Amino acid sequence: MLRFENVGLRYGVGAEVVRDLNFGVAPQSFQFLTGPSGAGKTTMLRLMLLSLRPTRGTIHIFGQDAAKLDKDAITAIRRRIGVVFQDFRLLDHLTTYENVALPLKVMGRSEGGYRAEVVELLRWVGLGDRMNALPPVLSGGEKQRAAIARALIVRPELLLADEPTGNVDPSLARRLLRLFVELHKSGTAVVIATHDLALMDQFGYARRLVVGDGQLKVFEGDSP
Amino acid sequence: MNASSPPTLPPASQLKRDMPLIPSDSIAGRALVVVIAIMTFLACLTAGGAILVADASQGWRAGVSRDVTIQIKPRPGGDADALVAAAADIAARAPGIAEVHAYSKAESENLLAPWLGDGLDLGQLPVPRLIVVHMQSGHREDLEPLRQALAAGAPGASLDDHRLWLSRLDTMADAIVVFAAALFALMILAMATAIGFATRGAMAGTREIIDVLHFVGAADSYIARQFQGHFLRLGFKGAAIGGLSAALFFGLASLVSLWRSRSAGGEQIAALFGAFALGLGGYAAIAAICLAIAGLTALLSREIVFRQLRSLL
Repeated sequence: MLRFENVGLRYGVGAEVVRDLNFGVAPQSFQFLTGPSGAGKTTMLRLMLLSLRPTRGTIHIFGQDAAKLDKDAITAIRRRIGVVFQDFRLLDHLTTYENVALPLKVMGRSEGGYRAEVVELLRWVGLGDRMNALPPVLSGGEKQRAAIARALIVRPELLLADEPTGNVDPSLARRLLRLFVELHKSGTAVVIATHDLALMDQFGYARRLVVGDGQLKVFEGDSP
Repeated sequence: MNASSPPTLPPASQLKRDMPLIPSDSIAGRALVVVIAIMTFLACLTAGGAILVADASQGWRAGVSRDVTIQIKPRPGGDADALVAAAADIAARAPGIAEVHAYSKAESENLLAPWLGDGLDLGQLPVPRLIVVHMQSGHREDLEPLRQALAAGAPGASLDDHRLWLSRLDTMADAIVVFAAALFALMILAMATAIGFATRGAMAGTREIIDVLHFVGAADSYIARQFQGHFLRLGFKGAAIGGLSAALFFGLASLVSLWRSRSAGGEQIAALFGAFALGLGGYAAIAAICLAIAGLTALLSREIVFRQLRSLL
C-alpha cells in the first residue's frame, strides 16, 4: 500500500535529510520506525502523509504515484490514513469530543450519525468523563489519547503515529499500544515512530525500520 | 473499541460548543469591520452624490432645454415696458410656444437681490428685462421664426436659447459622474486590498488549524468555506454599518437642505442638487452596494484562501 523507491529529501540547498529510502509498508502490517532523535523519523512520517514532497525518488501510495496526485486526490488518500502527531495537534477551541469527531465532520457526515461512534471510542480510551473538556485543560496523557482517538475514528487503512506513547506512563502506554494492536488485527497497517526500545521489545514480531544518518535499514520481525 | 456499550449517549449539547473551526478571534475582525464600514460609507456617499448630480442634471436639461429667454436691454429714453409687452406678444403668437412669462421691473430687480443685497435702490440702474418662454416639447430647434419676428417687432430684444449653457451643463454633469465612478472603483480596490491583507493575516494566524484540517482529510473547498462564512459575516456587518450611516447622512442632508432652502445659498444648492434628496432608487442603490460589498468580501476571501491552500500540501 505504500512504497518508497530511492527517495531522498533535502530542505533548500542543504544536505539530504534522508536519502536512498527503499522500503514498503504492506497492508495489515505492523512496524516500528525507530532511530535516534533528529534522525529523520518525523520527516519520513511526513513523507508518508504526503505533507512533504521528496526531492528525488518515487513514493507510491495506495497504488498511485504521489507525484502525480492533485490536491483532491491527496485529500482522498489522507482520509484513508490516520495520523497521531508527537505534539498532538488538537484544536484548542474545540471540545475533546469535537476534536475526535473532526475527521468525520470534514468528510461531511452528520453529527447524529457519528455521535455514538465517537462517544464509544472516547470511553474506550478512558476519556468518557472528559468529552466536553477543552484540550488546554487536559493532561499530557489525555491529550495523547484524544489524538489517538482522532486518528482511529475513521478506521484508517494506514495508521502513522509519531511517539504515541511519549507522554504517558508505562501502564497507559501498554494500553494504548494494545489499541494499535487491535486496530492492526482488524486490518490496518500500522507505522509507529518511537525510540522506546523497551516498548518495541514487547512486540518482537513487528518489523523495525531503523533510520540513522539519513538512511534506512529494515529488520523483519520474529514470526508471531 | 469493543468495550461494553455505553449506558446512555450524552446529548449533543453537552458534547459540542459549536465553535467555528476557524476561531473568530484569530481574525482581525474588528479592524476589518471598521475598514469595510468606512469604505462602504464613502462608496455609498460617492454613489449617492453621483445619483443626485445625475438626477439634478436631468432636471436642468429638461428645464433649460424647454425654456428660452428673451432679454431686453433698456435704452436711454426707450419705453422698456412697451418693448417687453411687444416682445411677449410676438412670443405668445409664435408657433410651438406653450407659455410666456414676462418679468416685471420689480421681479427683474428681485432676481439681482441675492447678489446685490436687499437694501439697494435699483431704480436708477438699467436693469435688463426678461421674458421666459416655455416651449412645447419637440419645438426646441424651431426658433428661427421667433428670432426674425423679434428683430422686426421688438428692436433691442435678444433671444437666448441656452445652447452654450446646456452644453456646459452636460459636460459638467458627465464629468462629475465619471469622477464619482472612478472614485467608487478606487474605494472598492482599496477595500479589496484590505480584505486581502486581512485574509492572508487570518490564514497565517491559523496555519496550524489549516494543517490539522488538511491532515484529517479536509478538502480545500471545505477549509475555504470556513473562511468564507466568517468573512461574509464580517462583510455584512461592516457594509450594514457603512450603508446605514450613508442612508442616515442623506436623510439628514435632505432635512437640512429643506430647512435651508429659503436662503439664497440654499437655493443655489437646490439648483445644483435639487432638493438634495435621494429617491427610493438612491436608497435601493445603497442597499445594493452593501449587499455587493458583503458578497465581495466573502468571494475575495474565498479566492485568496483557495490560492493560498493550493500552495500548501
